[in-house]
Amino acid sequence: MDGLLPDLDVVRKDFPILGRTTVDGLPLVYLDSANTSQKPQVVIDAMVDHLERHNANVARAMHLLGAEATEAFEGGRDKVAAFIGAPERDEVIFTKNASEALNLVAQTLGLEGPHRVGPGDVVVTTEMEHHSNIVPWQMLTQRTGAELRWFTFDEAGQLDLSQVDELITERTKVVTFTWVSNMLGTVNPVAELTRRAHEVGAIVVVDASQAAPQLPIDLAAMPVEERPDVVVFTGHKVVGPTGIGVLWGRRSLLEELPPFLGGGEMIETVTMERSTYAGLPHKFEAGTPPIVEAVGLGAAVDYLAGLGMDAVHAHEQAITAYALEGLGTVPGLRVLGPLDATQRGGAISFELAGVHPHDVAQVLDVRGIAVRAGHHCARPAHAKFGVQSSTRMSSYVYTTPGEIDALVEALHYTRDYFKVG
Amino acid sequence: MSAELDALYQEIILDHYKNPHHKGLRGDPSADGTVEVHHVNPTCGDEVTLRVHLEEADGVLRVQDVSYDAVGCSISQASTSVMTDLVIGKPVEEAMGVHEVFLTLMQGKGSVEPDEEVLEDGIAFAGVAKFPARVKCALLGWMAWKDATSQSMTTTAQGGDDD
Repeated sequence: MDGLLPDLDVVRKDFPILGRTTVDGLPLVYLDSANTSQKPQVVIDAMVDHLERHNANVARAMHLLGAEATEAFEGGRDKVAAFIGAPERDEVIFTKNASEALNLVAQTLGLEGPHRVGPGDVVVTTEMEHHSNIVPWQMLTQRTGAELRWFTFDEAGQLDLSQVDELITERTKVVTFTWVSNMLGTVNPVAELTRRAHEVGAIVVVDASQAAPQLPIDLAAMPVEERPDVVVFTGHKVVGPTGIGVLWGRRSLLEELPPFLGGGEMIETVTMERSTYAGLPHKFEAGTPPIVEAVGLGAAVDYLAGLGMDAVHAHEQAITAYALEGLGTVPGLRVLGPLDATQRGGAISFELAGVHPHDVAQVLDVRGIAVRAGHHCARPAHAKFGVQSSTRMSSYVYTTPGEIDALVEALHYTRDYFKVG
Repeated sequence: MSAELDALYQEIILDHYKNPHHKGLRGDPSADGTVEVHHVNPTCGDEVTLRVHLEEADGVLRVQDVSYDAVGCSISQASTSVMTDLVIGKPVEEAMGVHEVFLTLMQGKGSVEPDEEVLEDGIAFAGVAKFPARVKCALLGWMAWKDATSQSMTTTAQGGDDD
């Protein structure tokens, strides 16, 4: 099959969890990577080594371990900056996860400052967002008296861009959207939407939680008018650990936003009356940061860079095309989202007529196949298709065509088991 | 492999799923003392709208009717269907007792021997208790019923004070 990672067997050996079996001794077929990815040994080792040999708090411990820990933590930032082609490494802020990164922006845009969102202003999102890119903006607009509006999408899972003139106007202060949909797999036109938003002076916030694992991202190479102002993603979907997210933001914007959380590390000087704040990135990193997580994330993005993000993307597309073809052989199965693998990401949500997603996932689980069933934190997008939930398979760098075969075979079995059709 | 599935998906469960009992919404929440609740399982999106109508006769408060409209998996749908069979027509106190027995079974992680005298078709859910992720599914309709019934009793009690 064209496009697969050349040393797929070797790649699989990098992920120790893939060697384990189910309680019944079946091989594990992990097709839930859009939920969280598995971790290569190099990430596990980097974190263990840090804890065993270099652990100390960062930036304030005046001793050997403190210096080593600080270097390791800031080294993680350098690696992440390189991974996304950040114009400046200090524009990379570590958060708890992508949700916190989005909340950081949404919350601070409601505070005093040149970008403050207020009554009469419009915030634009889309109907295909993860809840984490809907709820923070609902909270912002409800608190400030601004208006929340959104792009809808069509049956093919594409944003209705004919709404652009109506939605992106002089009143629009923020335009936010997902780069790759976690439910539909749709890849949204980042450059086009960003350019339109910038024409009216709006801030563009992009949720790259599903894009960063799959697509090569080079922010510095983007024309500035097409480059989003903020891009967020989470560590655990790019073969890194949980507990760490990334916010990249344009320096001039981050400097003009007020701090989010107050505490240690984010200050310059503190008196009992008032404080002055640290510069980027520390201004937005109150308290002891996720140190060992940053070390792990650094190793993770280095691992992906080693595979080459172009190769990772090609693998994802090859597996996705093969999966779409296989799923097409299952009677009564409807894919929710684009059907052309070259136009989409690797998460494929579907419904199987006559069998509820929970029951699908249960039967698959007994056969060692892990998928997600539910609304995938995208209820509005499900409502659009007239369904309340779906089953989702999502592949990654370690997924083989054989695993897709196992899924398709198990879906046929599921229909038989529930005596459908 | 199939045995493990069969332990979960008993024939009784699949029968109730395909042909749910007492399904559809009856009564009028705004007029006849019927209480309506809407419960969701936030992790998966399963939903049930459920109505309870209590009726007092000879000093005994009974479950006159339970009706519902629901979307969800086989376990949640079948469990709601079985629940209506078990509680409709029973005195509220006795129905609450059945609820307790079912709850104990579901929370027993597979260690509780189900009592067929009390649970009837409900014993089919004994296998569900071994699947922690599915216990919430099996309890969705039951929790909605308990909520609606408790609300109805509160309303009835307040109504009594006014007389």
